[in-house]
Amino acid sequence: MYKHPWLPNLGLVNEMLKEIGVANIDELFNDIPAEIKLNRLLNIGRGKPLSEYEIEEEIKEKVKKNIELSAPPFIGAGVCPHYIPSAIKFIISRSEFYTSYTPYQPEISQGLLQALFEYQSLVAELLEMEVVNASMYDWGSALAEAVLMANRINGKKTVLVPENSNPFHKEVLKTWIQGKGIRIKEVKYNKNTGEIDLEDLERKADDDITAIYLQQPNFFGIFESNIEHVIDIAKHKKALSIVGVNPLSLGLIKPPGRYDVDIAIGDGQELGLPLNFGGPLMGIFAVKWDMTLIRQMPGRIVGITKDNNGNMGFTLILQTREQFIKREKATSNITTNEALMAIANAIYLSLLGKEGIKELAEEIYFRSHYASKKLTEIKDVSNAFSSDFFEEFVIKFPVNYDIISRKLKEKRLQGGLRLSDKTALFCVTEIHDKKSIDLLASTIEEAIKNVETS
Amino acid sequence: MWRQAKWEEPLIFELNKSNSTRQGFLINKDEEIRNYITEINIPKNLLREEVPDLPNLSELEVVRHFVRLSQMSFGVDTGMMPLGSCTMKYNPKIEEKAPEVVEHHHPLEDEDYVQGILEMMYELQVWLSEITGMDECSLQVPAGSAGEFAGVLMIKKFHEEHNRNYKDLMLVADTAHGTNPASAAMAGYKVIYVKSNKEGLVDINILKEIVNDKTAGFMLTNPNTLGLFEENILEISKIMHSVNAVLYYDGANLNGILGVARPGDMGFDIVHLNLHKTFAVPHGGGGPGAGAICAKGELTEYLPYPLVEKVNGKYKLSKIPQKSIGKIASFYGNVGNLARSFAYLLGLGPQGIQLIGKMSTLATNYLIAKLKDVKELELIAENRPRKHEVVFSAKPLADNYGVTANDIAKALLDNGFYAPTIYFPPIIEEALMIEPTETEPKETLDKFAEVLRKIVEMAKNNPDQILKGPNNTSIGRLDQAYANHPSSITPTYRVLKLRKQGKITYLK
Repeated sequence: MYKHPWLPNLGLVNEMLKEIGVANIDELFNDIPAEIKLNRLLNIGRGKPLSEYEIEEEIKEKVKKNIELSAPPFIGAGVCPHYIPSAIKFIISRSEFYTSYTPYQPEISQGLLQALFEYQSLVAELLEMEVVNASMYDWGSALAEAVLMANRINGKKTVLVPENSNPFHKEVLKTWIQGKGIRIKEVKYNKNTGEIDLEDLERKADDDITAIYLQQPNFFGIFESNIEHVIDIAKHKKALSIVGVNPLSLGLIKPPGRYDVDIAIGDGQELGLPLNFGGPLMGIFAVKWDMTLIRQMPGRIVGITKDNNGNMGFTLILQTREQFIKREKATSNITTNEALMAIANAIYLSLLGKEGIKELAEEIYFRSHYASKKLTEIKDVSNAFSSDFFEEFVIKFPVNYDIISRKLKEKRLQGGLRLSDKTALFCVTEIHDKKSIDLLASTIEEAIKNVETS
Repeated sequence: MWRQAKWEEPLIFELNKSNSTRQGFLINKDEEIRNYITEINIPKNLLREEVPDLPNLSELEVVRHFVRLSQMSFGVDTGMMPLGSCTMKYNPKIEEKAPEVVEHHHPLEDEDYVQGILEMMYELQVWLSEITGMDECSLQVPAGSAGEFAGVLMIKKFHEEHNRNYKDLMLVADTAHGTNPASAAMAGYKVIYVKSNKEGLVDINILKEIVNDKTAGFMLTNPNTLGLFEENILEISKIMHSVNAVLYYDGANLNGILGVARPGDMGFDIVHLNLHKTFAVPHGGGGPGAGAICAKGELTEYLPYPLVEKVNGKYKLSKIPQKSIGKIASFYGNVGNLARSFAYLLGLGPQGIQLIGKMSTLATNYLIAKLKDVKELELIAENRPRKHEVVFSAKPLADNYGVTANDIAKALLDNGFYAPTIYFPPIIEEALMIEPTETEPKETLDKFAEVLRKIVEMAKNNPDQILKGPNNTSIGRLDQAYANHPSSITPTYRVLKLRKQGKITYLK
C-alpha cells in the first residue's frame, strides 16, 4: 500500500529510514522475538481499506438494520429521551474541543478549562452544592465511587441501598466494591407509596454503616418526601449520606444541598445528551464544602487561579489526589472521563437558564402525568404507587406485560421496562406528544381487550 | 509566529450585564395536555424555594461564548500533540457519522429494534479479539482505567474460584502508568513495584526474586512507557504462569506494535484496550473514551457482562460469562464511541492496520534520529529502537541552566506545539515523553525537531527567556500554589460568590 488518507508518510519511508540509518522498517522490530511476530494480515474489516464513501455505506446499512420507532421510546430507567438543542452538537463538534485532551498544559487550554469550570459551576448551582468534579463515567460508577469514598473516610463496610433505587446502578456498585469487601444491605420500600421504608431503614442502620444511599426521585419516579429524616439517620450513625438526583427534576424540587447531603450524584445524560444506546453517559459527582470530603473526591477538578501578570485563569486543582501522582494511594484510578459531555451539559444549562429549567421540568411533569392518567383510565389499569412522581411511573396491568409488549411491537412502539409479570416502568418527557401518548394508551387498551375477548 | 486566540471572555454567569430576561431555547409546551393536567401536586415541603442561579442568555450569546472558549483550546486538529502514552493521533472525520447508528436508541429497547447496533458491536468484539490475540472481548468498559479495574477484578475472582485467596500481591513495573497501581489498589491488592534494569526493561533477576505464591498477577505494558519492547516477554510469561499468576496487558501502548505482534501470542492472559488511543476515538478534552477488556481461555468466563452473541441469525445481548465479575458501566460501555472505532477499522482494513505499528515506530525513530546530536536530551538504552514513543531526559539542562522539563514544555507551547507528557515515567528525571503517532506528516516531525533543538539552544544561551514563557498562549504561566491554597481554592462560581459574601472561609 503506498497511500492512505490517514497515513501521510507512506511515500517517505525510505527517506526516513535513511535518516535513522537502518535498511528497512523490520529492523526497528528486531527486539521482538521471531516466534511472536504476526507475519500475516489481521482478519478485520472488509478485507481491504474502505474508501470514505464505502464506510458511509456501511454506516447507513447498520442504521437500516435498526428499526425506527413510530414514537420516541417510552422507556427510561435512568436514560431518558429529550430534545437536544442544535447549538450543543455544533459547539461540541468544534475541533479544538473534541480533539483535545485532559488539559495538562493549562496555558494553552484555557478555553477548555473555563468550559469545564463552568460545567462544575452550573451543576453546583443546580444542586446547591459547592464542589463538583469534571465528570465520572455515568451514574452507576459515580455511585460506586461515592461508596468507595465513604469507605476511605470512615473505614466502615456496609452501605445501605434502597430497593427502590435504580437496579442498573446497583449492579455497577456491586461490581466496584467487591475488591474492598464492602457489603450492600438493601432497604425495603413502602409497597403502597413507593417511598423508602423508614422503619426498615432505622432497623438496618447499625454502627457499621459507611453510607446511606437514596435516590430522588427514586427508580419508580416517585418523590421521596422524607429525605431530612434519612440524612439525620446517616449523621446519627456517623455514616455519609449520598443522594442520587435526576438533574432535570431540580427545576421543580429542592436540591440536595438544601438537605445538607455529603455527596450528590446523578447522570448528565438528561442535560443535552442523546440516548447513545446507553453510552457515553455523564456521571455527576458533587460534595459540600468540607475538606475531608473534597480531599477524598475522585476525578478531575478545575479551579480558578492567576497567571504571572495577575490575570485570572484556570487550571486542574487538587491533583495530588490523582493516580498519576499518588498511584496506589490515589482516590480513584479514573483518567479519561466524560469531559466533552460535561461541556454539552454546560451548554444545555446555559441555554435553558433560570426559567427554562423550571418550564422544562413542568412540561415533563405535565406530560408524564397525562400519560399516567390516560393509561390508568383503561379498565383495570392502575398506578402501582400512590405518591407523586416525575417523568417515570409504574403502571399495573390486568394482563401479562409481555402481551402488551408484543402488541406495542406491532405498532413499532417501545413500551416501558418490565418490572414484574404485570407491572412496567414508563418514561414520558417533553418529546412525547399527545398523539404518541394517546397511541400508546389505545394500543395497550387494545392489547388488554384482546385478552379479555379471547 | 504562532499565537493563540486571547479573548477576555467573562464567566458565563457574568455575560448578561443588563439582567434582562433571555432564554437560549424555548420549551415546546403542549397546551392541550396543560388543559388536561392543570396542577402540580408535589408536596410543598419538596418544592424548590429559589430558582437555580443559571445565566439568562440568548442563543447567540451562548454560542459565541463557547466558540471563543474553543478558540482558546488546542486539539490534534489545531496542531501536533506529542503527549506520550496518550496516542493523540488524527481522528478521521468520517467517524463523526458513525454515531448515527446508536444516537436515537435506548439501551433497553427490544433487541429486534437495534440489530444494526448489535451487529456492529459483535463485529467489533470479533475484530478486537483478532487484533489482541485473545479469545473474547467485552466492550463494557467506558475507558482504559475502567478496563484495568475490570481486569484486576477478574484476576481476583479467578484466584478466589481456585481457592487461592492468599494471592494478595499485584506486581507493577516501575515504569507503569499510574492507573495500574491505582486500579490494583481499588480491587484490594497490595502493589509491588518491579524495578527496571539499566536497559529500561523489566529486570528478570529481580522479577524471579519477587515472584512467589502470593503473586496474583503482573500488570505490564509492552512496549513499555519508555517506548521499549520487553524482549524477554516469553520468559516473563513463563515465570508468572509457574506460580499461577495472571499476566495482564495494559493496552495503552499497543499502537507501537499494532499489526506487528499481539499480546495474546506473547503469553498475556488479559488485555485492555483504549479505543480513544489506539483506535482513533477523539479524546474530547479528557473524554469520553471507550474501551474493551479481552481475555483468553478460562479467564473469558470472568469478563464483565453482557457480551453480544449471535443466536439463530439474530444478535442478542444475552451472553453472560459464567463467572462474570459483573457490570462496570450502567449499560454497555460507550457505544457511541465504539461506532467511531468501527468506522476507523473499516477504513484501515487488514492492510492498513498492519502499517499502524510500523509507521508510528518509524515516526518515533525518525524523530530520535533528528535529535541524536542534541547532547542535552539524554536517552536511556540509546541503541535500542523505540516503538510508539521515546522518553528524553532534560536533566543536563535542569542541572546546568535551571531549565526544567516543565519549562521546555512551556516553550513548545509558545511555538504552536502541545507539550509532551512530562515527569513520567518517574524513573527518568526531567522526563519528556514524546509520542508522535503515525498520522503526523514528516514535515511536522521535522519542524518539531527543529523547534526542540532551538529551545535547547535558548535554554543554554538565554534561559531567562524560557523561564518567562509561555507568551503566545491565551494566558501566561499559571500559579499552581494559589490554585490549591485553602484560602483561595475555587472549584466553582458558587464558592467564589460565597467567599465574596463572607459566607465561607478557609477550607478545613
